[in-house]
Amino acid sequence: MPKSLPALPEIETRGGIWRFPADKPLRLDAGAEFAPLEMAYQTYGVLNDARSNAVLVCHALTGDQHLASTHPVTGKPGWWNRVVGPGLPLDPDRYFIICANVMGGCMGSSGPASINPDTGEVYGLSFPMITIGDMVRAQAMLIEALGIETLFAVVGASMGGMQVLQWAADFPERIFSAVCIGAAPRHSAQNIAFHEVGRQAIMADPDWRGGAYVKAGVRPEKGLAVARMAAHITYLSETALQRKFGRELQSDGLSWGFNADFQVESYLRHQGASFVDRFDANSYLYITRALDYFDLASEHEGILAKAFQRARDVRFCVLSFSSDWLYATSESRDIVRALNAAGCRASFAEIQTDKGHDAIFLDEPALDSALRGFLASAAEKRGLK
Amino acid sequence: MTRVREDFREIIRLVAPGSRVLDVGCGEGELLEMLTREKHIDGQGLEISSQGVSACLARGLAVVQGDGDRDLDHFPSGAFDYAILSRTLQQMRDPRRVLSELLRIADKAVVSVPNFGHWRVRWALLARGRMPETAALPDPWWATANIHLCTLHDFMALCDDLDIRIEACAALSEGQAARHINPKHALENWRAETALFLLSRG
Repeated sequence: MPKSLPALPEIETRGGIWRFPADKPLRLDAGAEFAPLEMAYQTYGVLNDARSNAVLVCHALTGDQHLASTHPVTGKPGWWNRVVGPGLPLDPDRYFIICANVMGGCMGSSGPASINPDTGEVYGLSFPMITIGDMVRAQAMLIEALGIETLFAVVGASMGGMQVLQWAADFPERIFSAVCIGAAPRHSAQNIAFHEVGRQAIMADPDWRGGAYVKAGVRPEKGLAVARMAAHITYLSETALQRKFGRELQSDGLSWGFNADFQVESYLRHQGASFVDRFDANSYLYITRALDYFDLASEHEGILAKAFQRARDVRFCVLSFSSDWLYATSESRDIVRALNAAGCRASFAEIQTDKGHDAIFLDEPALDSALRGFLASAAEKRGLK
Repeated sequence: MTRVREDFREIIRLVAPGSRVLDVGCGEGELLEMLTREKHIDGQGLEISSQGVSACLARGLAVVQGDGDRDLDHFPSGAFDYAILSRTLQQMRDPRRVLSELLRIADKAVVSVPNFGHWRVRWALLARGRMPETAALPDPWWATANIHLCTLHDFMALCDDLDIRIEACAALSEGQAARHINPKHALENWRAETALFLLSRG
């Protein structure tokens, strides 16, 4: 997290949980149907009379709907306070901004930690396997329920960016523009490998109890913390890690033991420990699996361009970070080439930064100005004031 | 007030209103912005530098960060009405391929190249025995990005070879209005400092 952000005014926000009736199930890629679906969401700003100024922001793996409002569990400011707010690229005075907790998440939307109404117990591993496509279909149901036919923009970074691509592939007629930041069109072997380390750490924790830890009144906190620590390394560049910590020690000398001698160890332990307070271990398993299963081209005869064939009227903006090795610039280039090949209108910029994947959430003026320019121009085309 | 580059003036004149335009090496997007304002084009830029791309995005232009040498083959055939390549062909690794790619993805291409047959260039070599440094070729040999220089007649020979038709040609000289010329004329190969061509598939 950035050390000293200027205090931002609390933005007026509304939120709630949309409960779909049991006869409105979500069709899942795995084959089954899921009901009743619940979607937790927050909104910022006001929907205009023409209902043309709605922006859906898709969050990343461990994000949630608290985009620009205080997080109810941690008390921390919203995860994209730097981008969403008055005078910022996503301005609630201009746009009606919606952010929903993904299906499978643990902040109010249906997920493995939700209660199964049929049994009165927590789903746990009886929750169905989900995909990025399922998450997007659930969002589309919510958007429709909110009375919005076409989104002015769908914006997302990391896993959120993958959802943006899925929106463009599955519901191109329902989006006017799309912004995909620091994402990839598929999960690579290395991406899957890191996720598998995280999952194994959770499942190796004796308190995981085969996924039934809620019933047992315990939580696999150690496993989940290790999963977070491993993942967190992939969010930072080597340069950023070196600059931030180097070989700096916590205290004057070495402990000649296994305490957190190095500042980087202490930092990672803190990242792990604070994560378990706000995240459910089974949710982590389900969502990482959904990411691993993500391969947009595979749904389109192995040709990524075919995924965007129906999206020729959508304005795309693809952004990557030069030091991001989790979802590297080459992945974004593949997306852009496929968009060009499909005849879509696309902008693409690689933002020069040494902050790695985490740059999404950090002070990065080039990201702000790219977002601002793209959205302002699209808003003009859309006739938004 | 900044003066509009003469080659931009001429390009804006050549491009039909409302057309789809790809500007390869669009820099900070000045030309695309002028074309959008004056000709209401549907524009797309391709630019290699981060600085240029950021400036284009901030202006609200559609731009892809990429390399004209590498990234043209990802565009489908006939995607644009015009492809513009201004004073850049001589810096490409494979100008021959770039030229045919431009006319694959667009119906027409607007290409400008510095003329290595200009009398000042010839004079520098002949009289002084030194590499030329002129208004169109301002950098010393050790700093220039130009790797594939040609004369006006060399360029025409390549077009001929690639079955590319030259629809119009204008000579550009620093600070002067564009002058429409017949590029086949031997004298023009001495007189034109930079030549701007409107090309189509033969």
